[in-house]
Amino acid sequence: MKTALKAMAMAACLAALCSGCGGGRQRAVQVAGSTSIQPFAQMLASEYEKQQGEVKVQVQGGGSMAGIQAVSNGMAQIGMCSRDLTPEETKLYAPIVIARDGIALIVHPSNPVKGLTKEQVRAIFAGDVKNWKAVGGPDLAVTAVTREDGSGTRETFTHLVMGSRTIAPGVRVQPSNGTVRETVRSSSGTIGYISLGLVNKDVKPLEIDGVAATEQGVIEGKYTLARPFLFILKGSPTPDAKAFIDYVLSDKGQDLLVKKGLIRAK
Amino acid sequence: MRQDKIIRVLLTAVALTAIAGLALITIFLFAEGVPFIWKTGAREFFLSDDWKPTVSEHNPVPHFGILAMIVGSLEVTAGAMIVGVTLSMACAIVLTQFCPARLAAVLKPAIELLAGIPSVVYGFMGVVTLAPFISEHFGGGNGQCVLAASIVLGVMALPTITSISVDALQAVPRSYFEGAVAMGATRWQTTTMVMLRAARSGIVAAIILGMGRAIGETMAVIMIAGNSIMIPHSLLDPVRTLTANIALEIGDAAPQHREALFATGVTLFVIIMVLNSIALVVSRRRAGSAAS
Repeated sequence: MKTALKAMAMAACLAALCSGCGGGRQRAVQVAGSTSIQPFAQMLASEYEKQQGEVKVQVQGGGSMAGIQAVSNGMAQIGMCSRDLTPEETKLYAPIVIARDGIALIVHPSNPVKGLTKEQVRAIFAGDVKNWKAVGGPDLAVTAVTREDGSGTRETFTHLVMGSRTIAPGVRVQPSNGTVRETVRSSSGTIGYISLGLVNKDVKPLEIDGVAATEQGVIEGKYTLARPFLFILKGSPTPDAKAFIDYVLSDKGQDLLVKKGLIRAK
Repeated sequence: MRQDKIIRVLLTAVALTAIAGLALITIFLFAEGVPFIWKTGAREFFLSDDWKPTVSEHNPVPHFGILAMIVGSLEVTAGAMIVGVTLSMACAIVLTQFCPARLAAVLKPAIELLAGIPSVVYGFMGVVTLAPFISEHFGGGNGQCVLAASIVLGVMALPTITSISVDALQAVPRSYFEGAVAMGATRWQTTTMVMLRAARSGIVAAIILGMGRAIGETMAVIMIAGNSIMIPHSLLDPVRTLTANIALEIGDAAPQHREALFATGVTLFVIIMVLNSIALVVSRRRAGSAAS
């Protein structure tokens, strides 16, 4: 973690130096942090740069912690964080919700199980539950499918569901939301998790703790397998950073995020 | 004369570019990967099956052990060779010995066409048809397992092995065949005792090439093998190969994790080199002894 932070900090330093040596002509906003938000931020940055030619937006990954760190020591103006801030962090930083993302547990449409509790999901992915019978389903072997290590979706799932347990070694791994969905679709006993926006009729989303996995549920805060995508600021933003944040929160920016499967911030 | 010289120089330059490409890839791969193996310790890297590359609150120290993937790659390749060589030998023997020349002229190109099908299509077919079939009839979760991967890779290696074996069998002098038949050997005896032996070095070369395809295949394997990080204990267990490990995780790898994936690449590179060298030596020795 420390080396990752260091590398991150150095990268941010270099980026700052490079932007500085351009004779001050090229203005830049540094954005750093969560790898889950990174692709969305990059997409927004390139659209924003297309729209206006003056300010460059440089987006870097590193993880949510690295994002907070980078904002804290001024190496980035905007940090990206894909989880809620802790109470201590809220005292120091101002979070801005740019979007919300839900995670749906999906099963084969023929599976009669309607919903699971978080504990049951945890037990399945930890390898304790091997048959659907144990969670009120038919006598059918459970095959769990997870995402690859390093994936933001996996990180969130681990954070929200697994607690201190780890995902069992025998759990199948697929590299994208799409392939997880395809794997679940093609076999009756399979369970996986994907971004809520990508659930389609080939698979059945499960209720979690009795709440249906819908965007409405996420918006109302009832469906708890959801996370905010945050921009983190320390103090008040520079005008350039503020302009980019305004763009992200504008209808246009929000529409772009919704098109990529996220849920509107408001 | 001068024209000859120019062309020779040009062609040499082009040929050297290909070798330079190979050299660059090798140097780059080793430069990125070997220091990591050194740092982690070869023992931990090669002999541990604990692969937890991402740091989190519950995993404060990352673990980089690729034993499960090494075993996985070897197992899947062995399985693919059992499937692929059996099918290919049958095809090659039928095409050269037991089937009318006109039919063979149609069948051989048809089998070669299989090589042109993109690997993602093989993988997709495997996920949609083979995995559910295995799951239904043999169990083993959703059917993404060693067996499924071996079958898909075996079929993928089939056109390469068949095609080159057919060429090797056809290159056996006609007089060998006639001699055997004249001595009263049946068609089958002629095939096994004369033709296959005479074509042995070509067939071994065919198997090497097929094996190269199987161990290096990535896309189809990711789709069909299940990719779990564990040493498979049965044919129905999921498996992750070295290639799949790299392709799965390179997308979101942090710097240290990325180095570990390059080190995985180095391992794969060395394994392929060793396998190929062994096969080459064996085929040369056998070809030599057959000739003497």
